[in-house]
Amino acid sequence: MRKLIVSGAIALAALVAGTGAVVLAAGTEAHPKHQHWHFQGPFGTYDRAAAQRGYQIYAEVCSACHSLSLLAYRNLMELGFTENQVKGLIKDIVVPDLNDDGAPIERPARLSDSFRKPFPNAAAAAAANNGKAPPDLSVIVKAREGGADYLYALLTGYVPFEKLTPAQVKEFAVTKDDNFNIYFPGHKIAMAAPLADDKVTYTDGTKATLDREAADVTEFLAWASEPWMEDRKRTGVRVILFLLALAGLMYAVKRQVWADKH
Amino acid sequence: MATASVPAGGHGDPTRRDFLMVATGALGAVGAAAVAWPFINNLNPAADTLALASIEVNVQPIEVGQAITVKWRGKPVFIRHRTAQDIKEAVAVPMSELPDPQTDNSRVTDTAKKVRPEWLIMIGVCTHLGCVPLGNKPGQDKGPYGGWYCPCHGSAYDTSGRIRKGPAPLNLVIPEYLFTTDTLVRIG
Amino acid sequence: MASSHGTPPVFNNKVIAWIDHRLPIFSYIEKEYHTFPTPRNFNYFWNFGAIATVMLVLMIATGVVLATNYTPHVLMAFDSVERIDRDVPQGWLIRDMHMNGASFFFIAVYVHIFRGMYYGSYKAPRELLWILGVVIFLLMMATAFMGYVLPWGQMSFWGATVITSLFSAIPVVGDSITTWLWGGFSIGNPTLNRFYALHYLLPFVIVAVVALHVVALHVHGSNNPTGIDPKGPQDTVPFHPYYTMKDGFGVVVFLIVYSAVVFFAPDYLGDAANYIPADPLVTPTHIVPEWYFLPFYAILRAVPDKLGGVIAMFGAIAVLFILPWLDTSRVRSSTYRPIYKWFMLILVADVVVLGLCGANPPAGFWIPLSQVATLYYFFHFLILLPILGKIERPLPMPPSIADAVLKKKAG
Repeated sequence: MRKLIVSGAIALAALVAGTGAVVLAAGTEAHPKHQHWHFQGPFGTYDRAAAQRGYQIYAEVCSACHSLSLLAYRNLMELGFTENQVKGLIKDIVVPDLNDDGAPIERPARLSDSFRKPFPNAAAAAAANNGKAPPDLSVIVKAREGGADYLYALLTGYVPFEKLTPAQVKEFAVTKDDNFNIYFPGHKIAMAAPLADDKVTYTDGTKATLDREAADVTEFLAWASEPWMEDRKRTGVRVILFLLALAGLMYAVKRQVWADKH
Repeated sequence: MATASVPAGGHGDPTRRDFLMVATGALGAVGAAAVAWPFINNLNPAADTLALASIEVNVQPIEVGQAITVKWRGKPVFIRHRTAQDIKEAVAVPMSELPDPQTDNSRVTDTAKKVRPEWLIMIGVCTHLGCVPLGNKPGQDKGPYGGWYCPCHGSAYDTSGRIRKGPAPLNLVIPEYLFTTDTLVRIG
Repeated sequence: MASSHGTPPVFNNKVIAWIDHRLPIFSYIEKEYHTFPTPRNFNYFWNFGAIATVMLVLMIATGVVLATNYTPHVLMAFDSVERIDRDVPQGWLIRDMHMNGASFFFIAVYVHIFRGMYYGSYKAPRELLWILGVVIFLLMMATAFMGYVLPWGQMSFWGATVITSLFSAIPVVGDSITTWLWGGFSIGNPTLNRFYALHYLLPFVIVAVVALHVVALHVHGSNNPTGIDPKGPQDTVPFHPYYTMKDGFGVVVFLIVYSAVVFFAPDYLGDAANYIPADPLVTPTHIVPEWYFLPFYAILRAVPDKLGGVIAMFGAIAVLFILPWLDTSRVRSSTYRPIYKWFMLILVADVVVLGLCGANPPAGFWIPLSQVATLYYFFHFLILLPILGKIERPLPMPPSIADAVLKKKAG
């Protein structure tokens, strides 16, 4: 019987693992390398300094095309900014609203406002970007296979046209106007390389290399996808310790109860 | 449960067994209570709702004699820039004439105890049965006391928002507010 | 109801006695969950009925609370789910519990079904008990499917499109039926609304069928690992405290595994594409249902014919209804069926293979593999079971449960 239980457990584990290991559609894109993230593992937390720099990248670079509609400016306080710092960050941002007579106006953003969208709607976003609307970034890290590793790989995976081999140019029919990315499915990506060395000047004095920028904005977007992650892990540790204690006691009780039947 | 005794199993030391049972039961009860909390807490106001619990209003564009209505916590708030005449009338009313005696000064004081008689900020909900009184927009019936008039059951309020006539028992409610600058007021 | 304990219980507490004299709920609990004579030789597989019940209660409790914050509208559903995660106090916890609770409910039920098949719990006189169980399984599948649509992500939308389109395979009336299911010409707001309504309703239907399942169980009592009926008090123990405590322990251990996933890998069992809001104009490159549907999804795709695939898929479940009559063996438990025991394990492996086929794109060797696995699935039920029962020679069986327990202890 024991053998059977073990085989059953293995079969079940295989079934569960099998579903997780969904094979990516056959393609030539490289598999993103695993990076070490501050937020990984059962006790990992967000690197606040990196995520704050990541917000600067989002604000100065990404936000021109990508919305972050599920976040509100008040959420930035969870990233370690004080209320006054956030008010400073958003002092020049205006958001659309209606006045008392129902006419559309723009007014200064408040803490309770959602992040300003770069385009009024999806159709306008597509029209302004060669027919393909830039995706919202609110849950982008959860919405892509590979998560943070993929995002970082994508941001650092651009290859300039002149550095492509003739074979690559031929195989993927790349032209000078295409953006080639080794990690993007099909390689040709609508977004031009958004980051480069010294693309921004960090307010905290960190040197803005391409790798640093990509890692920082990924840290920020990982936080944006799941701001409650630290709470989740903390609660989880407590719950599991509690259940282990309860299981131990239950087992002792069960043994006591069954003592005369075994 | 009090039941007919059923011989329970186990020959272990009864004291140790009872202790185990009680400890397990107690821990289980603690766990059940801890599980119940998120379910209850779930129905509390969410962060986006709480973010709107206080609002900031710029009162600079409101001319003397004008009033605006802003929405706060799902209810209308009247902000009136009172004229000197309004204030004079409000101050002159003897307390004995008021069903709900309150001085005008006490109704125009912010949470920092600063008195600004020109700004009257009230929740625009009639204290009778919850209708929104008229009189905040130009051209609306301000009622016999020059303040607000509730069309539902005829309650009339004066220029300090105090009940003067009609079925409403109390003055219009003053929310907590604070002038952070001379023109910026935070309500709530 | 169980007839072995004749005298009604006496309640010392006057209030309880007063109520029980008029509405015998306490007598019922006493008889069915306290003194109820239960075979003394259960192994841990017998915990999964209790575990599944706990998961059902957990799903309803978390679901009701989630419903208080969810908005069933195509323009707002996705954001309202995110708002539950982000802004509702501990909303993320309730949603992660519900989302993964579905998976763990299915894990518990699959183990429970396996146990029933391995130990022949479906055999006379428990055929209706088994059939009620299959009804619960079907209702669970319907509920889970409609629940997965509610977050209105890409997988929600396209999963719903694919599964509801199954009905278009029905000759003549197929298209009218899908239009009726959708409440429109494609999956849209009316579909989302009705799925939400049904997703809220069906769990309570499940509760009702579970109640019938338990009533049917308590007529003849539980099966046990030997498959031999209890012959007297030496073969049984009262349900409480023996099995309440054992079930309690099993439930807590199961909850540890469940919590590990809820708190440390809440999105592991889900699909990344469901965090992309539904877009009726773009199909994800690789549509997969939730893991618990994968074996059936593989059977659907294994048949290279639309109607045939649908029939095979529903047939894979329908065959379970007649399982009590397909199995011709006189012996219940696989413990005493030396050949069937191995075929039972091969069936588990076959279902796992089908699951893997369902998870992978229908290309290359996955296609023939899924076809072979599908054929084997039906071979097992429709051919192997009837024949094996006739030709297999069972091992010698102990005269009673007590003897089996003593023998095991000695050996």
